[in-house]
Amino acid sequence: MLLSMRGIEKRFAGVAALSGATLEVAPGEAHALIGQNGAGKSTLIKILTGYHRCDAGTMEFDGQPLDPRSPAEAQALGISTIHQEINLVGYRSVTENICLGRESRRFGLLDWRAMHREAQAALARLGLEIDVRRPLADYTTAVQQMVAIARALGFRAKLVVMDEPTSSLDDREVAVLFDVIRRLKADGVSVVFVSHKLDELYAVCDRVTVMRDGRTVRVAPMDGITRLQLVSDMLGRDVADSEATGAAAQAARAGEEMLAIEGLHAPPRVRGASLSVRRGEIVGLAGLLGAGRSETVRVAFGADAAADAGQLRFEGRPFSPTEPREAIRAGIGFCSEDRKVESIVPEMSVRENLTLALLPHLARAGVVDEARQREVVDRFIRRLGVRCAGPEQPIRELSGGNQQKVLLARWLCMDPKLLILDEPTRGIDVGAKAEIQALIRELAEGGLAVLMVSSEVKEIVDGADRAYVMRDGRTVAELSGGRLTEDALMAAMAHGPHEAVLAEGAPHE
Amino acid sequence: MSDAGTIAAPVARPRQAGAIAARWGAPIALLLLLAFNLAVTPHFASWQTLYVNLTQVAPIVIVATGMTLVIATGGIDLSVGSLMAIAGSLAPLIFLGLPGLGGVALALVVPVAVAAALGWGNGLLVTRFAIQPIVATLVLFIAGRGIAQVMTGGNLQEFRVPEFQVIGLGRLLGLPVQVWLMLAVVGIAAWVLRRTVLGRQILAVGGNERAAHLAGIPVGQVKRLVYAVSGALAGLAGLVVIAINSSSDANLVGLGMELDAIAAVAVGGTLLAGGRASVLGTLVGALIIQLLRFTLLANGVPDAAALVVKAGVILLAVWVQRRGR
Repeated sequence: MLLSMRGIEKRFAGVAALSGATLEVAPGEAHALIGQNGAGKSTLIKILTGYHRCDAGTMEFDGQPLDPRSPAEAQALGISTIHQEINLVGYRSVTENICLGRESRRFGLLDWRAMHREAQAALARLGLEIDVRRPLADYTTAVQQMVAIARALGFRAKLVVMDEPTSSLDDREVAVLFDVIRRLKADGVSVVFVSHKLDELYAVCDRVTVMRDGRTVRVAPMDGITRLQLVSDMLGRDVADSEATGAAAQAARAGEEMLAIEGLHAPPRVRGASLSVRRGEIVGLAGLLGAGRSETVRVAFGADAAADAGQLRFEGRPFSPTEPREAIRAGIGFCSEDRKVESIVPEMSVRENLTLALLPHLARAGVVDEARQREVVDRFIRRLGVRCAGPEQPIRELSGGNQQKVLLARWLCMDPKLLILDEPTRGIDVGAKAEIQALIRELAEGGLAVLMVSSEVKEIVDGADRAYVMRDGRTVAELSGGRLTEDALMAAMAHGPHEAVLAEGAPHE
Repeated sequence: MSDAGTIAAPVARPRQAGAIAARWGAPIALLLLLAFNLAVTPHFASWQTLYVNLTQVAPIVIVATGMTLVIATGGIDLSVGSLMAIAGSLAPLIFLGLPGLGGVALALVVPVAVAAALGWGNGLLVTRFAIQPIVATLVLFIAGRGIAQVMTGGNLQEFRVPEFQVIGLGRLLGLPVQVWLMLAVVGIAAWVLRRTVLGRQILAVGGNERAAHLAGIPVGQVKRLVYAVSGALAGLAGLVVIAINSSSDANLVGLGMELDAIAAVAVGGTLLAGGRASVLGTLVGALIIQLLRFTLLANGVPDAAALVVKAGVILLAVWVQRRGR
């Protein structure tokens, strides 16, 4: 083995991020590393590349014990990282970026001719011919990535870690990158490849390590494991014994169509998403990380840039909000997946956070009617069971679950027709989670349409009346009633129900 | 000087949690300064002292109030001093060129409106073109004074127009008119920030811009408005300053005002990152800086040394507030 990490443990502020993680990579191997958010793969990679040091465990690299104390030390040993966001200097030339830190000198001056030659040679090794004198920023992301790889090889890397390298590349660029990875393998350089796109893993990797909850749960050759097995390992749901619990009674209750999305394109993440939500219905949106779920629902709320193509209808009328304000006016509420960054205003009280969107309706001639405001806030704190010292407590002092209840109340007090929830129970303790799920159910029974993005298969199977599955930016399946099971969801997340099974050795069930 | 004491008292109402020091530091410092002066400085307890200090602090407070609103959204406005110079250069051109009450009325309205429009332009750079506030307002900081000099041909404009100069030399119920202006500006701004939808939206934008956007708040409009208000108040302060001086010098009106205003805001307990702001705190902050300078000068400390002490106090105030968080 070129790299061997065994029994790696790491705690942050007492919380275990890794507890018994293992990663072994052979020389000239492309090794996939996968896992859900919080599974510990970034922590493991940061330990490998010297950003963090592990609390326990043994590491060996190239026959020597490994314990890098800084990224520079790891790089000197031959371990290089290509990040999602490229850590290069865009305004400087390609040559400078490749040679930065080990410049050729002649008579105490930089020997530019030698450096240009070296840069050209390094890129030629990757099958790339460009003008190395031009600033790096002139080139596409894909070329910049090649430059980053060339730079890594210049440091005589034996192992290159690629952290979601394809997330901002188009199909053609991905093909070029894969070609480079194959060249690296042929040269005896190993690659650790982190990605959520299963197709890519099967296309380029030899073996895979699956992580979950801080440990390694499976190591297998790519051609010896099915997609379904990979997905169920990642999610920790056993394919065999999960049972169908889909709510079947919804069909009668669901009313007319509230929101319809057809053939939505918003590159690079959304490439053909379709779904619909009816009154009184909870619709789940499932998929792996990076499948384009959040991006799809954000388009419906006008939260980001508008879509390139596709149609949206709200209450039967064409609808294309460019600002959240327009969506809110139409009767849509949206809880973002990131409470801290996109939802709470930390300096403000529970009262002010709860009425942030409602405020214009609580005012007469621009002056807030504080009596009405207090009445609304008291009512929703009681109804949702928000545990706080009082409406004047700063929201940042509340637990995640109670913050989320306040954020739900922010929209519920607007009396919306459609509520879009992106990961409504992420990072929330079990008790509050059950409360919030029950609340969502109750709201739907009262006629509210709910569109819920969730990475938890169980949450969708238990909570949703109907579910769509997205993969690589496309809606690949719709499941409802008795067909909405954990098995079916995972199967669709892995390869979609109708698609031919490619690049997969073993047949699937 | 007990009047200033009662002005400071309402500051005892910040609702945000925080340590006692952060809440009460500024008012306590002001009271300590007053007590020190009453005990040490000769002839401190006189109307003369009160008038001198209030007259000098009024333009700073007026500008700092606008600055407070801008900083509450997470921005900053470096152009206020230059906008004072523009307004201060424009007004004499109007009332000297158009004698009579009509000219005076126009001279009070037009420069303020021009400054507001230029402030709105700052807001446009910040919102539409996504330029960082410090850079966007640096443009007018540099160009504004040049524009003022071009308007006046670089000449000192001297005048005696009592109808106009009421805003700098007049008295109302015993207090200088500009002090009433200052109190009105502070009072209205504090009320807007606390009671109105706009005020809460200003703080929400500064507290978490993305959350404010997703909650349907028109972030761009709110920001453009606060920069326009900051510009208008700078224009007003520019008029007050030239009225006091009976002359307008485009090189000097409002020089260094942006930093005095920012200092007052910082000492007053407004978070420079945005999201938490107190207009009354800014008033107290400006009074502290003013009184500190007066105290040092009245007790024979040279002006150069006074500047260093001023810097020290600002540092101390900001440090105390950080600890309070």
